[in-house]
Amino acid sequence: MEIKILGTGCSKCKNLEKATLQAIQELSIEASVIKVEDIVEIMQYGVMQTPGLVINGKVVLTGKLPSNPKLKELILTNQ
Amino acid sequence: MKFKKNLYLYTFLFFVLWIIIFLNLKPITNFLIFDLIGLKAETHLGESIWFFVYEVPKVLLLLVLIVFGVGIVRSYFSPEKTRKTLEGKPLFVGNILASLLGIVTPFCSCSAIPLFLGFVEAGIPIGVTFSFLIAAPMVNEIALVLLLGLFGWKVALIYLVTGLLIAIFSGWIIGKLKMEKYVADWVYGVKSNREIIEEAKLPFTKRIESGYQVVKEIVGKIWVYILIGIAVGAGVHGYVPDNYLASLLGDQNWYSVPLAILIGIPLYSNAAGIIPIVSVLIEKGVSLGTALAFMMSVIALSLPEIIILKKVLKWPFIVTFVLIVAFGIITVGYLFNFIM
Repeated sequence: MEIKILGTGCSKCKNLEKATLQAIQELSIEASVIKVEDIVEIMQYGVMQTPGLVINGKVVLTGKLPSNPKLKELILTNQ
Repeated sequence: MKFKKNLYLYTFLFFVLWIIIFLNLKPITNFLIFDLIGLKAETHLGESIWFFVYEVPKVLLLLVLIVFGVGIVRSYFSPEKTRKTLEGKPLFVGNILASLLGIVTPFCSCSAIPLFLGFVEAGIPIGVTFSFLIAAPMVNEIALVLLLGLFGWKVALIYLVTGLLIAIFSGWIIGKLKMEKYVADWVYGVKSNREIIEEAKLPFTKRIESGYQVVKEIVGKIWVYILIGIAVGAGVHGYVPDNYLASLLGDQNWYSVPLAILIGIPLYSNAAGIIPIVSVLIEKGVSLGTALAFMMSVIALSLPEIIILKKVLKWPFIVTFVLIVAFGIITVGYLFNFIM
């Protein structure tokens, strides 16, 4: 699966990237995590609040840093 | 889950505890500083330390309460909903609505660019978008409740009304000036997918939880600024004589308001950090209008924000934006120096 973190470099975006990496490691899931920092590309997802979390091309969360269990749940349901 | 069942109970206990501590802060501080440590009330050191020990918990308590309430209110709003409300509204009405929504829509300055692009892409006029972008950081709940706590409801109301007026009219003027041509060219090429995550209706317990979540997030981020703000305030409070600043920044000086704004632009702070300093400025003889102008300038016109905006705007737009907002703030400053 492919996970994208949309964010121009705010602290929440970096934290979301870290949290996501940790979550997939704990779930032992095969996934590529890509950080998208280009604002034009970010806008293509229709995201108005960063960070955005995109799983397999679908925006599942914006503007929030989810808790670890919530993040795992999002990853699992959108696999 | 047990915690969920008891959420209302915990929240109730939290309020009771909050009220007890808040009402007894003064005697507790007096006891700690004068009786336990034995500092003298009349000394510079005693006054400074008393101020710090009293103000830090007071401001933090106010902050926790406000942020909690706002977290609940904000769970009813989102940038997507705000955008939808603003779409197709005529200019002046749009400016008013955008400014009001700026108060309640969750907003972080790091999301200013995606938000700007999202609004422009939806065809919302530039002027209306700017009313939102000016109001959102300037007229915020943290500023309002801290002003309410430290200066009373009149000052808070003045700040709310004048802040809104500045946002409404600045946006309206920017719209009238047809600044669209000074938006970076690539902006209009942005196409976005308008698919929005469907938001399920949240039960009220979820909203309370989101209130706690926001408290953790915001207070966790800004408590340092508050400590620094109050420490600076405490130093000035104890060591600088009253009315020391009156000759420089009092209301007799015509240049005090523009000077306060110029000093404010390179400074960057959020409302919570700047208000303790403002309260000390007023105590030391700075007039209310000048102090409010300083505060608005620090919050609404900041160098970091200008750098962020530079990504999507050309220089003539940025200069116009700064001048219009500065002009609005100057007007507010003079107005209050004149009537107070």
